Amino acid sequence: MYGKGLKPLSIATVLMLAVSLSLVFFYAPLDADQGFVQKIFYVHVPLAVVALFGFMAGGVFAVLHLRSDDRKWDAYSYVAIHISVIFGVAVLITGAIWAKASWGHWWVWDEPTLVSFLIVFLLYATYYPFRYAIEDRDRQARYASVFAVTAGAFVPLNFMAVRMAESLVHPRTFATAEGGMPGEMMLTFLVSLAAMALLFTTLVKFELTAKSASGQVKRLRRALDAPVSGGSSRIAPEVS
Amino acid sequence: MTPSRTAFAAILAKDLRAELRTLQSLPAMALFAVTTYVIFRFALDRTSLSGSLAAGVLWATLLFAAVLGINRLFVAEREEGGFDAIRLAPIDRSVLFTAKVAALMVYLLALELVAVPIFAIFFLDDAGGLLPLVGVLVLADFGLAATGTLISSMAVNSRARDLLVPLVLLPLAVPLMIAATGATDPLLQAGGPSYDRVDTWLMVLGLYDLIFGLVGYAVFDFLLED
Repeated sequence: MYGKGLKPLSIATVLMLAVSLSLVFFYAPLDADQGFVQKIFYVHVPLAVVALFGFMAGGVFAVLHLRSDDRKWDAYSYVAIHISVIFGVAVLITGAIWAKASWGHWWVWDEPTLVSFLIVFLLYATYYPFRYAIEDRDRQARYASVFAVTAGAFVPLNFMAVRMAESLVHPRTFATAEGGMPGEMMLTFLVSLAAMALLFTTLVKFELTAKSASGQVKRLRRALDAPVSGGSSRIAPEVS
Repeated sequence: MTPSRTAFAAILAKDLRAELRTLQSLPAMALFAVTTYVIFRFALDRTSLSGSLAAGVLWATLLFAAVLGINRLFVAEREEGGFDAIRLAPIDRSVLFTAKVAALMVYLLALELVAVPIFAIFFLDDAGGLLPLVGVLVLADFGLAATGTLISSMAVNSRARDLLVPLVLLPLAVPLMIAATGATDPLLQAGGPSYDRVDTWLMVLGLYDLIFGLVGYAVFDFLLED
C-alpha cells in the first residue's frame, strides 16, 4: 500500500540531486570571501530547513493521530521524526566541517542558529529512549504523539529564546542568509532545497513501506504459529 | 459533575498533605541544593559569585533539585491507583494537570525559600537583588512546573522513569534557563542590581509559561486515556 509510486519518486530524487550537485559545482559562483568552502552551504542549509520542517510535520501528524486515533498517523509521525533526526546529524556534521573550514573552529557557541538547532536535535533524539521505555503499544503511540506535539510547539520558542540570548552581545546575522544572494546562488540553493525535500519524502516513503511490509510479515507469522483450536483451523490472518 | 474548582482544591490539598506527612521530596531537594552549592564552590574555585556566574550556579542548582521533585510527582498516583481514581471520578481530567502544576509550584517555592537565602549567604556580597529576584523565581517556577508535570506524567508509566525525566526535561527547559539566567544576571551584579533588559526576559518567561501551560493542559486528557 505504501510502496505505490516509490520507484518514480526515487528516480526523481536521484535526478534532482544530480542536477543540484552539478549546479553547485559548475554553475554557482564562488563566494567572495570564503571561496570554494562556501559550497557546503548548498548541502548544509537545505538539510537543516528540511529537518526542521520534518520535525514540525511530525508534530502535525501527531495531532492528527491524537484526534483520529488512527495508527497510520502515528507511523507517519514516527517516521518523519526519525528521518529528520538523521538529517539533523548530517546538518551538525556538515555544519562542523563548514565551521572548521571558514571560522577555524569545529563548533562555536555564539551563533544562535547553531545552538538552537543543537537543542532541538537533542530534544528529538530523546524521542527514541522515551518511546521504547513505554511497553504498552497503544499508550506508547499516544505518549509519543504528545511528545511530538510538545516538541513541535517548542521549536519556534527555542529559536526565539536562543536568538535573544545572543543578540545583545553578537548582533551578527547568519553569514549567508537568503537576503542579498546573487541570482545564480539563489537558484542553486532553491534547487538544492527541492532536492533535499524530495530526498526526505522518498526516505519517509521507503521507511513506511518497509515497516508496513515487516508488520504484515509479523502478522502472518503469528497467525501461522497460533495454536490450532478445537474447531476452526484458521490460517489466513485477519487483515485490519 | 463536580465543579473543577472543588476537584482542584481537593487534589492539591491531598498532595500537600501527603508531602507534609511523609516529607519525601522537599528535604531531599533542599539538601541536594545546598550540597550542590558546595560542589560549585570547589568546581569553580570561587568563594563569591556575581552576575552571570551567580545566575548560572543558582539556576543550574535549582533545575537539578527540581528534577528530583519532578521524578516523584506522579509516583503515588501510579502505585496507589490514583490514575484510575481520576478516570472514574466525575471530574474534568485536566484538573489533575492543574492541581499537580500547583503542587509542584508550591514545592519549588518552598525549595527556593530555603535554597536562595543560603545561596546569598554562601556566595553573594550584596543582597539587594534578592527581592526583585522573587518575580523571576515565580515566573520561572511556573514554566518549570508546567513542563515538569507534563514530562513526569508521561515518564511515570515507562520503565526507566528516573532516567527519562531529566533526559527529556532538560532540552525543553533550555529556553526557560536562558530567560531565567538572563533576568537574574543583572539583578546579581557585583555593584548592586541593575534592571537592564530584565523586562524582556520576564516577557520571554511569561511566553514560555503560557505556551507550555496551554500545551500541557490541552494534551493531558490524552495521557490519561487507558
